[in-house]
Amino acid sequence: MSKITIPIGPQHPALKEPASFKITLNGEEIYSMDMRLGYNHRGIEKACEERSFIQGLYLIERICGICSHSHSTAYIQALEELAGLQVPKRGLYIRTLIAELERIHSHLLWLGVAAHEVGFDTLLMYTWRDRELVMDHLAEIGGNRVNYAVNTMGGVRRDLTPDEIAHILKDVDTLEERTKYYAQVATEETTLVARLSKIGYLSQTDAEFLGAVGPTARACGVDRDVRRDDPYAAYGDVQFKVCVDHHGDVYGRVLVRVGELMESYSIIRQLMKNMPDGPIAVKSPRRIAAGEVYSRYEAPRGEDCHYVKSNGTDKPERVKIRAPTLANWRAVRKMIEGNYLADAPIIIAAIDPCFSCTDRAIELVRPAGAETLTWGALRQHGIDWHRKQGLDFAELNKKLNTQLGRVK
Amino acid sequence: MKYPGRMLGEVLAHLGAKPNTIKYPYEPAVVQAGLRGKIKFFAEKCIGCKICEKDCPSDAITVNKLGDKRFECIFDLDKCIYCAQCVDSCPKKALTVTNEFELAQLDRHKLRFIFHAPDAPPAPAAQPEPPAAKTA
Repeated sequence: MSKITIPIGPQHPALKEPASFKITLNGEEIYSMDMRLGYNHRGIEKACEERSFIQGLYLIERICGICSHSHSTAYIQALEELAGLQVPKRGLYIRTLIAELERIHSHLLWLGVAAHEVGFDTLLMYTWRDRELVMDHLAEIGGNRVNYAVNTMGGVRRDLTPDEIAHILKDVDTLEERTKYYAQVATEETTLVARLSKIGYLSQTDAEFLGAVGPTARACGVDRDVRRDDPYAAYGDVQFKVCVDHHGDVYGRVLVRVGELMESYSIIRQLMKNMPDGPIAVKSPRRIAAGEVYSRYEAPRGEDCHYVKSNGTDKPERVKIRAPTLANWRAVRKMIEGNYLADAPIIIAAIDPCFSCTDRAIELVRPAGAETLTWGALRQHGIDWHRKQGLDFAELNKKLNTQLGRVK
Repeated sequence: MKYPGRMLGEVLAHLGAKPNTIKYPYEPAVVQAGLRGKIKFFAEKCIGCKICEKDCPSDAITVNKLGDKRFECIFDLDKCIYCAQCVDSCPKKALTVTNEFELAQLDRHKLRFIFHAPDAPPAPAAQPEPPAAKTA
C-alpha cells in the first residue's frame, strides 16, 4: 500500500492553537510525523531585554495562561539569586502554595481535555467544575484567575489571612474527595481504561534519550522531579512522593497526574500547618548585579528552565526560556508512530501541550532552505512583507495617533 | 471491580442538581474581594514622582503636572493589563486597586480615563469623567 501524507494545521478546527503536523499514513496507521512550530512566536525574550526587571516579570507571566506562576517563579528565582536576596520564609510558603494550587487546576484542566479528546465529555464537565474552586482561590489570593501576579522581587505581593487559610483547607478536602472518585473512575471504568491503554507508548529508554520531562517522563518510569531533586521555594520543608508509573502510555499519564493531584493536596495541608509568621517580602533593588543564572522549576507540564543574564543595569541583557512542552515534542514524534490516525489527538494532548509557550525562535523557510535571521533583518523582513500585502505600519500609526489626538 | 458505566450513579445524581453556572449578564457575577480591576487615583496624595509611570509594564499611565502640587493622571485602559504594579510602586499610596471589571467599550476613546487634578488643595479627588476630551 502506498503511503499518504495528511497535513493537519496550522489552521485546523480541532487545534486550539496553530501548529502544523504532517502525518504520513500507511493505511490507517501512522508511519511518521513531522511538525513545524513557530506560528505563535511573540518575541518575548527580545521584549524582556527592552523592559526593566520588574516590567519583564509581568511579560514573563503571560508566556502561558495556565502555568503563569511557573514561569514567573522561575524568572524571579533567577533574579533573586543574582541580587542575593533572602526571601522570607512566609513568602516562600505562599509562593509554594500558589504553585501547588496551580498544579491542581492545571491537572484538572488536563484531565478534562484528555477526557474530551476521547469523547468522554461528562468527565470534562465534572473536572472543570471542580477546577473552579481552585480558580476562585487563586483570584482571591492573587487578584486574577489566570495571571495571579503573586511574585515580586524578594517575595510575594499579597499575604494570606487566617480566614483564607481555613477556606482553602475546606476546599482542598472537597477536591480530595472528588479526585479520589476520579482515580476510581480512571482505574475501574473499563471503557476509559481500554481507550487509553497501549496508546502512545514510550519506553523508559526512549523517554530518557529524547529528553521527555514532567508527567510524560514519569509515566514512562523516569523518576525525575525538580521539586525533590533540586528543592526550591519551600519544597525542602514538605514531604511528598514523586508519582512514577510504568505503563508508558496515555493511561499511565492519567495515573501520574491523578497521583500528583493527591500529593498536591497533602503538600498544601503541610504548608498551611507549618506556615510561619513574619514578613512576606524584602525590599529589592532596581539594578541587579551583573552575572548569569540558570533557574529550574517543576511546572505542571515538566521542568521549566529560565536563563537570565544581567549586566548590572535595571534591564536584563539576555533572557532565555525553555518551556516544558518544547522538551516533550521529540517524544511525541516517537510515541505517535504505529498508532492509528484517530489516536493522534489524544497522544498529542497527553503531553498537555502549550504551543505558544514553546515558540522561542523562528527559522525562515525559503525555497533555497532554512535561514536564521538576525533581529534587524527579521524586523526589516516583517516590514517589507507587510508592505507587500498593502499594510504600512508607519502610515497606520500616523493615522491612529491623529485619531487619538496624540500628534505633537 | 472493572465494569463499564462506573459514572452512571454520579450522572443520575446530577439530574436534579442545580446548575453550577450562573446566567452572568442577567445575574450579578461573583467577584472576589481581592480582584485586581480598575485602578483609582487620588490626586491629592500624588507627589509627581512618576515611579508608577516608570514601572508600568504597558505604558498605560501618564502623570501630568498642572501646577504646584497639582497632578492629573491619565489611564489608557486599553493598554492596562491590571497587574497593579503601580499600586505597589507608589510611595504615597495615591493609587489603589478596585474590583471593578466591567470595562469593555465599543469606542476606544472611552477607554482613556482621566483623573483630574483638584482645583484647590483641600478639595477631594474629582470624579472620573468617562469621555476623553483633551490630549495628554
